[in-house]
Amino acid sequence: MAKQLIKGNEAIVKGAVLAGCRYFFGYPITPASEIAEAAAYYMPQVGGTFLQAESEIASINMVYGAASGGIRVMTASSSPGISLKMEGISYAAGSELPLVLVDIMRGGPGLGNIAPEQSDYNQIVKGGGHGNYKLLVLAPASAQEMCDFTMLAFDLADRYRNPVCVLADGFIGQMMEPVDFPPPVEKLADKPWALHCDADDEKRLISSIELEPERLEAHNRKLQAKYAEIEKAEIRCETYKTDDAELVVIGYGVISRILQSVVDRLRQDGYRIGMLRPITLWPFPRPQIEKLLDHVQKILVVELSNGQMVDDVRLTVKDRIPIHFYNRMGGVVPSPEEIIEQVIKLFEA
Amino acid sequence: MAEKVLKRADSFYPIFERKGGPTPDVTHYCPGCGHGVLHKLIAETIDDFGIRDRTILISPVGCSVFAYYYFRTGNIQSAHGRAPAVATGIKRVFPQSIVISYQGDGDLAAIGTNNILQAANRGEKITVFFVNNAIYGMTGGQMAPTTLIGQKTTTSPMGRKPGNEGFPIRMSELIATLHAPIYVERVALTDAKNSTRVRKAVRKALQNQIDNKGFSFVEVLSVCPSGWKMTPVQAKEWLTQEMIKAFPLGVYKDISDEIEAQPAKGNVFSVQGLREQLNLPEEKVAPATPVNKTATPEKYRNPRLKMAGFGGQGILMLGLGIAQAGMDAGYEVSWIPSYGPEMRGGTANCHVNLSTERIGSPLVTRPTVLIAMNLPSLEKFVDEVVPGGLIITDASLVTQPPARKDLEHLSIPATQIADELGNTRVANMVILGAYIAYTQILDQETVFASLPHFIKQKSLIGLNIQAIKKGIESISSQIKN
Ligand SMILES: Cc1ncc(C[n+]2csc(CCOP(=O)(O)OP(=O)(O)O)c2C)c(N)n1
Ligand code: SF4
Ligand SMILES: [Mg+2]
Repeated sequence: MAKQLIKGNEAIVKGAVLAGCRYFFGYPITPASEIAEAAAYYMPQVGGTFLQAESEIASINMVYGAASGGIRVMTASSSPGISLKMEGISYAAGSELPLVLVDIMRGGPGLGNIAPEQSDYNQIVKGGGHGNYKLLVLAPASAQEMCDFTMLAFDLADRYRNPVCVLADGFIGQMMEPVDFPPPVEKLADKPWALHCDADDEKRLISSIELEPERLEAHNRKLQAKYAEIEKAEIRCETYKTDDAELVVIGYGVISRILQSVVDRLRQDGYRIGMLRPITLWPFPRPQIEKLLDHVQKILVVELSNGQMVDDVRLTVKDRIPIHFYNRMGGVVPSPEEIIEQVIKLFEA
Repeated sequence: MAEKVLKRADSFYPIFERKGGPTPDVTHYCPGCGHGVLHKLIAETIDDFGIRDRTILISPVGCSVFAYYYFRTGNIQSAHGRAPAVATGIKRVFPQSIVISYQGDGDLAAIGTNNILQAANRGEKITVFFVNNAIYGMTGGQMAPTTLIGQKTTTSPMGRKPGNEGFPIRMSELIATLHAPIYVERVALTDAKNSTRVRKAVRKALQNQIDNKGFSFVEVLSVCPSGWKMTPVQAKEWLTQEMIKAFPLGVYKDISDEIEAQPAKGNVFSVQGLREQLNLPEEKVAPATPVNKTATPEKYRNPRLKMAGFGGQGILMLGLGIAQAGMDAGYEVSWIPSYGPEMRGGTANCHVNLSTERIGSPLVTRPTVLIAMNLPSLEKFVDEVVPGGLIITDASLVTQPPARKDLEHLSIPATQIADELGNTRVANMVILGAYIAYTQILDQETVFASLPHFIKQKSLIGLNIQAIKKGIESISSQIKN
């Protein structure tokens, strides 16, 4: 199939439609607006629905209602909008509704700016809403992955009856790259639990409330068992030239692209350096990091945040080898040269 | 007791299993509560109309949070105030369904006011039953937006004071001002006469949805003996004497007769023609002349390009052209526009990578090629260029060569050439021609073939081809010189 040069944000919508999604409820915000705009353009063409809601609170609740009907549905926003969606996400996790949420992260806190940050890691991965819930989180690093991971997100959401987040940054959203779009998903599995608008609906209920503490505990245990299963089966991660590496750099999203350049250039100069890129931020690739520890002596984590993912690396590595951290915030993206300088210092230390 | 009567309707579950506990045959509502009575009227209407199989009820947050214990229909329990948004979502999925948003006054007129107004304003084809009991029943009798002036609640212990808490909000009046709603009425659950009115309103609001006519809203004044700290008899008295004064009964809007009944059909989707609808390429189109990448001199291979100029000079388009043609020629490519803080000051820049390898950083921080279409851009980025790199400037706007002597410099009178072609805006394509001719990174046929992908106005393609050709010629003449 021929490739198409396309913005990451637009690739998300085309991927979603190919995955069988026909419903999009959104609210404009930079740098995620192209997603809503593309959905507004394409959804009606494929007989689907695009609706610009009155707020992110409304849009996530429209998604909640639509997901109750067993179809594939999504919403997209950027950091401040995601904060507003958190209540609805918690409800969806509690009611075990499959839905896809895209967060094109921007600078914060507050209104911050529209430049890329990765400072929503904690709110998305650790649960910005209330309650004992988890989102599956996929972190694309290219326009191709914006399409592929959106499609995968729908599959995972349906498989586990759980909300899935595609967590990207402004750069991956704005960037154009060639994308090879796969053929459309022809048939989706029926969801017996979902409302069908038929006589059996009297047996079906979409709800997150459970008054009895024992019963709510049982529901929570069931959720935790599901999360444990996901942790076993769904970790995704990429390693790049780590086999003989003494130092490994870890980063996701646009940072992993920059780190690849860092690795390539330093390898030319004979440095034994590799990269690990978490693709699923939850479940976090702890076993893969663990595996590095038999030969790697140092780790450098790079993030566009105050140090959020690095905590998960620390939880994995503990104090077995030194973990260093380098970050930029506020929308400043580090250059490969800047990181190379840091890495060389670590090699020389 | 009213609770027992509930079970008579077929649209109630025979036993309230979801409620469980020692009394699964009675509702959880307090004796005398209006919710139970309204439930009954709704359930009987669903029975009468034979719509139970396709009815979906949205339970709110409030005392009726457990409405799904009782209604033997499809049920969704929603977040506080969000029932109209949830109703919108499910109704869009099943246009043939009968969606009921059942809400209290705190839910609908405080936390969820925007959601109800917007759903009403969109004319969602749903039915809203709004139980106004002037109090937050579920949480123990706090003040509601509909609490009367002077009414004592746990959070207005001295009585509601307009100076502090404002006035009771009249939702029916408010919603009736909107264009889209087709039926808005306020009724009260007091005596038998009023109850007949309630039943009529419930029926009309549901009939409107069966006929797929539009948004119907029924506000039901209802007693909350527990929250009001009254006996059921006192409560009914207070509703009749006091509440109706603040919330006059009546039809506030009804245009349902003006709209034709058009029962809705369900959605059906297909993947037929999807690729075309998504504007996706179907077949691999082979480049006109396959590009021989080794023909490119070593130092120009795998270029990292930065291009910059004034907004309006077509900088982003230039980058897109190189990226598109690069992709068509089989390179890995990336293109990213100036973004975030760099975007200010009326200048534009973009970063493009062409590579035979997987591309790392899409950001070009050390370009091997800098295209500077004006002097500020040259000054801003010249120091980033790698030693031995290539700089291309527009001779018409950059009159001096860069100060750095370790770079190759190509000065192309792009704007002048474009002006001669009759359109200044194709200066970018002149530069593109010069770049591909000088570095032999792409051949002209591939570039020409790629133009329709990023030039939307087909009539301009000829002019752009001309400009590219002129750019190519400018190099051959330089080389001849
Ligand atoms: C976000 C949120 N805020 C507050 C609450 C607590 N709460 C539960 S019910 C309720 C008021 C409901 O009052 P109303 O809508 O009038 O319903 P009623 O119980 O009177 O029928 C409140 C504030 C909640 N559940 N969620
Ligand atoms: S608190 Fe009021 S609204 Fe709630 S069940 Fe009791 S009487 Fe009804
Ligand atoms: Mg109330």
